[in-house]
Amino acid sequence: MDERRAAMVEDPAVDLTVDGSGVGGVLATAFGAEMTSSRGRCAHCHTVSIVGTMRAYVRGPGVVLRCPACAEVVLRIVETPRGVLVDARGLAWMVVDRR
Amino acid sequence: MARPIEWQLATVAAVHDETPSVRSFTLDLPGWAGHRAGQHLDLRLTAEDGYSVERSYSIASEPERAGVVEITVERIPSGEVSPFLHEVVIPGDRLEVRGPIGGYFVWDAPLGGPLLLIAGGSGVVPLMSMLRHRARAGARVPTRLLFSSRGPDEIIYRVELDRLAAAGDGFAVAHTLTRQQPPGWTGYARRVDEAMLAEVLEPLGPTTRTYTCGPTALVETVANALVRLGIPPDRIRTERFGPTGT
Ligand SMILES: Cc1cc2nc3c(=O)[nH]c(=O)nc-3n(C[C@H](O)[C@H](O)[C@H](O)COP(=O)(O)OP(=O)(O)OC[C@H]3O[C@@H](n4cnc5c(N)ncnc54)[C@H](O)[C@@H]3O)c2cc1C
Ligand SMILES: [Zn+2]
Repeated sequence: MDERRAAMVEDPAVDLTVDGSGVGGVLATAFGAEMTSSRGRCAHCHTVSIVGTMRAYVRGPGVVLRCPACAEVVLRIVETPRGVLVDARGLAWMVVDRR
Repeated sequence: MARPIEWQLATVAAVHDETPSVRSFTLDLPGWAGHRAGQHLDLRLTAEDGYSVERSYSIASEPERAGVVEITVERIPSGEVSPFLHEVVIPGDRLEVRGPIGGYFVWDAPLGGPLLLIAGGSGVVPLMSMLRHRARAGARVPTRLLFSSRGPDEIIYRVELDRLAAAGDGFAVAHTLTRQQPPGWTGYARRVDEAMLAEVLEPLGPTTRTYTCGPTALVETVANALVRLGIPPDRIRTERFGPTGT
């Protein structure tokens, strides 16, 4: 797990990433709520982290969020004119706040 | 409250230059829900053939300024959106935006401090919203801004920062100029590093809340150094802008 995280941090593409907080617009569209201060649990390493601290890859089609602890993909979101595709298989759970 | 997910039309009310490569846009947003300092908006450009691109821009203005929102954009010569904003957009134009976005990289005056804000280039934008909010709210929390710019002419908001620092309400700025320094320069003259961070952090102490924003490479360096300097992870808040400016 540490090797994978190290690989993520040393990957030259890391310069292209932003914080989970930077993709709050896409997340709000997908979930209908402010998500960046919510928590989610990684299905791979079971770490609970704040969505705003996850690592977001925004240069592909859609957005990919990776776990800050193990660097595995937790969430993929693709916005299309007809709807939003959410692939959440890397996530054990995530809180959608209704405050 | 309007939901953040809806795109709305903003009218450009004013445009002004901050530096030779940085320009601010005042957006009239009658349906704006009101924001918190540190939040951003998404801006969408759509071509006639339906092709569209989205980029995020931090909100520079303070929440106390109602009905309008100011953004500050650095022109990335090889970029798609920022050159368009600089070269094409004029007052009266309409732009599609959604927001305010984010609840993590935010600072509200009641949260208190001490505060250490660290910016690289246009990364100062959301921190400026925090500083303007701090001043408008009359907050006196000890606050320091460590601001990295390439040269003296590229310091965004320079005059306003000097004015805020002269108010004597507990705010100070430390500049570092990484590429070019004017004669007699007494500030830092290198990239932000751990020793520099330790120096600006020292008078604020270990309970300081930190907000770091700018190109991803700078944020990466700073966040790692702050961990080594003993700042707890929940007091290290970051906003990476991507490869901007590299
Ligand atoms: C939350 C958030 C807030 C932001 N706030 C601000 C702000 O207040 N002010 C501001 O000026 N900017 C801000 N940014 C950055 C902004 O969103 C844009 O990234 C920036 O304006 C550049 O967009 P562009 O379309 O002009 O350039 P782009 O077309 O996106 O290109 C930018 C640079 O990246 C390079 N690049 C792009 N894609 C790749 C790739 N796949 N591989 C390698 N290099 C690549 C390009 O060559 C170019 O040098 C913010 C970003 C985030 C995430
Ligand atoms: Zn994980």
